[in-house]
Amino acid sequence: MDGEELTEQETALYDRQIRVWGAGAQRRLSKAHILVCGITGTIAEFCKNIVLAGVGSLTLVDDRAVTEEALSANFLIPSDENVCAGKTLTELCRDSLKDFNPMVRVSVEKGDLSSFGAEFYSKFDVVVVSCCSFTTKKLINEKCRKLSKRVAFYTVDCRDSCGEIFVDLQHHKYSKQKREEAIECELHYLSFEESISVPWKALPRKFSKLYFAMRVIERFEEAEQRKPGELSIADLPAVVKLKKELCEAQSLNESHIPNVLLERLVTDTREFPPVCPIIGGILGQEVIKAISGKGDPLKNFFFFNAMDGKGIIEDVSGKT
Amino acid sequence: MASLKHLPAVKGAKVLMVGAGGIGCELLKTLALSGFQDIHIIDMDTIEVSNLNRQFLFRQSHVGQSKAKVAREAVLKFRPHISITPYHANVKDSDFNVDFFKQFNVVLNGLDNLDARRHVNRLCLAADVPLIESGTTGFLGQVTVHVKGRTECYECQPKPAPKTYPVCTITSTPSKFVHCIVWAKELLFAKLFGDKNQANDLNVRSSDGASSSKQAEDVFEHRKDEDIEQYGRRIYDHVFGYNIEVALSNEETWKNRNRPKPIYSSEFMPNDLSQQNGSMEKNGAANDISSVSAMASLGMKNPQDVWSLKENSRVFLEALKLFFLKREKEIGNLTFDKDDQLAVEFVTAAANIRAASFGIPLHSLFEAKGIAGNIVHAVATTNAIIAGLIVIEAIKVLQNDTKNYRMTYCLEHPTRKMLLMPVEPFEPNRSCYVCSETPLSLEINTHRAKLRDFVEKIVKATLGMSLPLIMHGSALLYEVGDDLDEEMVANYAANLDKVLSELPTPVTSGTMLTIEDLQQELSCQINIKHREEFDEEKEPDGMVLSGWTQAPSVVKDDNESIANAGSTSNEPPVEAEKNDEIEIPPEKKRRLSEVSEAVDPDLSSVDGDTRNPDKLQVLDDDDELMIFDNWDSVPNKKKRMQ
Repeated sequence: MDGEELTEQETALYDRQIRVWGAGAQRRLSKAHILVCGITGTIAEFCKNIVLAGVGSLTLVDDRAVTEEALSANFLIPSDENVCAGKTLTELCRDSLKDFNPMVRVSVEKGDLSSFGAEFYSKFDVVVVSCCSFTTKKLINEKCRKLSKRVAFYTVDCRDSCGEIFVDLQHHKYSKQKREEAIECELHYLSFEESISVPWKALPRKFSKLYFAMRVIERFEEAEQRKPGELSIADLPAVVKLKKELCEAQSLNESHIPNVLLERLVTDTREFPPVCPIIGGILGQEVIKAISGKGDPLKNFFFFNAMDGKGIIEDVSGKT
Repeated sequence: MASLKHLPAVKGAKVLMVGAGGIGCELLKTLALSGFQDIHIIDMDTIEVSNLNRQFLFRQSHVGQSKAKVAREAVLKFRPHISITPYHANVKDSDFNVDFFKQFNVVLNGLDNLDARRHVNRLCLAADVPLIESGTTGFLGQVTVHVKGRTECYECQPKPAPKTYPVCTITSTPSKFVHCIVWAKELLFAKLFGDKNQANDLNVRSSDGASSSKQAEDVFEHRKDEDIEQYGRRIYDHVFGYNIEVALSNEETWKNRNRPKPIYSSEFMPNDLSQQNGSMEKNGAANDISSVSAMASLGMKNPQDVWSLKENSRVFLEALKLFFLKREKEIGNLTFDKDDQLAVEFVTAAANIRAASFGIPLHSLFEAKGIAGNIVHAVATTNAIIAGLIVIEAIKVLQNDTKNYRMTYCLEHPTRKMLLMPVEPFEPNRSCYVCSETPLSLEINTHRAKLRDFVEKIVKATLGMSLPLIMHGSALLYEVGDDLDEEMVANYAANLDKVLSELPTPVTSGTMLTIEDLQQELSCQINIKHREEFDEEKEPDGMVLSGWTQAPSVVKDDNESIANAGSTSNEPPVEAEKNDEIEIPPEKKRRLSEVSEAVDPDLSSVDGDTRNPDKLQVLDDDDELMIFDNWDSVPNKKKRMQ
């Protein structure tokens, strides 16, 4: 594959980024196929980043209609009603994204995620899932893992001014620069289910509080049969109660999941717009690293909290 | 910082964005989505193809149009009811004065050069408007908050001078590829195609200076009846053959160096001129200058290929020929431009031939273009992240949430598990000449240095003033402005050529000069100290400015790098051009062991000699210690804002 050269047009357009990741990585990007499930402001940012980077194709799945919430942090949806008439959320995003880079094929796939079979997922190199239930995330992750080819799997969620990225690259081989020479490395990842099954007690002492809080919310939504983000301040007492039960069962001190953090996550379930480019930017970089096989990829959770401004990597490997 | 709680502060805010490029596009979009409703944006640039991979508000069809205006249109498509006021102008224009700045609640910088950054910093200080400053390169970036009297200003730490190289390294003893690029671009290209009146060190000086340089002048003349192929080969043989032979004759130079090899065109090209080098037909319409390309006429396609010496020689001769045949009108006025394909081809080939002569590895056109054009690595993702961080800080500033202001670094490799690392801002540097009133001190030979030297090297180059006024007590020694009468202009011109001690109001040891820039509303005082001798190597300017930084060794180091032009010429040989996209993250070596919880980095000082302004280095083995591109040495102790 390295034998093929970039076209003159590609060289001119991608000049600045080829200087960052090299012509080989650019060629690999142009052959990568990416699936995105669930359109959010963060996903809009991510899509913009990888379309600009010049991936081969991007497929969007989300059957929801255009709502006010969908508009709030999404710059891909024009406000002109004439343009929007009769189009779905994904179709509008597709049209804007195509415009960003005519060299990338952007398309829309309709249907229920959980109904797609192995054949569907095997068309992709990267699958990114957002605003899906805990069960759907596990299901898609397992489907990807069963394929004979390796598919990089990501989940991304942004609530209020907090964001979480989960990464499963299965067995990932890559190279990185160490001083002057390139060295070969390999990483092994846990699945989404394996990761969140790691006993809390087994996690490092100063583990990100956001990790635990997100798991509590996830469990709550699952138990109550809510859609992701379908929460309000009225749910707080029940969420706090669930937190107590989980902490007890996992022998974790309750102070690791402050109630104020839970309160934020249930009160403002919308994305805080400036956080979207941050999470969508980190996710974009990670997907580019995974495709190009260059540079240390994130393993296996990333958290950002605008309150303290830290963007932290946590490795849930089950090893202490 | 709940999503809706910030809305009142944001809705009523009037913000100024400076720059609508890589960071600017992302920032304008994020401001609009975050509820900002009154945004003014200044950018003097127009859109280019190489912007399109990250400046996502622009399309191919916008190439050549104003960035500020097109960015506005693009954002109004998804947020039609907000007010965006674009200015297709230079932020240094006098329209953007202190009163202009005063109308804003916060200023957000997404700039690509030091000069404009310093200018905006000064105007923000003068107008007392908070400034949020940012920059990215590749995967690295940073956002800093500058609030007058509360946090350090953008200039509290001295900035690096543009990278310069000693003249003799460029003209006689190159050891790196970049030296060959500088030679090809600043000397050879300038000599052949640029302004003939510019001083140029292209020719090797031999002992009988005057006569040989006279002869050399004629060498570069294209004689009227001379065949263009013949001329090209004559130039080739002169600069790569004859000049190297002359240099070799100076044995002293080569005692501890590898001797270069003279190269003549006959090694690669048969002398039979009927053998056409390239086929010009492949070069589109004659009136389309941008499509003229030596690579095209030679059938070479891939800019990533490293050409052989023979291929470089062919490109050299072909490019030179094309300049004379297709772009003759421009000859005499050309300066190197990284977007000029033929110029890049010529410089790549010339640099490679010189590199071959000196045993330096050859490089591809793509790489050579990056070095020659000082192209900064840029990707969309880092710019997007940085824009998000700018907006978060802007909201804090508007809410006057001073305790939570942070400088944030976007890292390539995690440090203490962090990819995004917040650090509390530092207190103002009490000896900063920009944001404090502490006088500077200048050692200078008052009997030898002219006022002009002082104005050029200190006031303009070091202090970054563009419209300076110099006073000695109440006497005006110098000023710049449109409203001066002829007599005054003549007076100031005469002063420029006088040595300091012979000015109408003599400047001697102990004199306190006041320097002001009326546009920047910046005023600072310089205490003059006479000194007889200066070290030609270390202090080639013959001046040492101090007082700005705390550690004396740092000051010395700083001056040295500014004046790194070498001792054989009055002209600095090379000045790095403005970065296309951004500044390098201004980081210092910081020990980050304390950062994890309390955000409390312990600073350690930098050994000046380990600085490498070209490379961002990360010490892989110790993840607690990072060295960024140090643009300056860090004083031993900096206080964090309380």
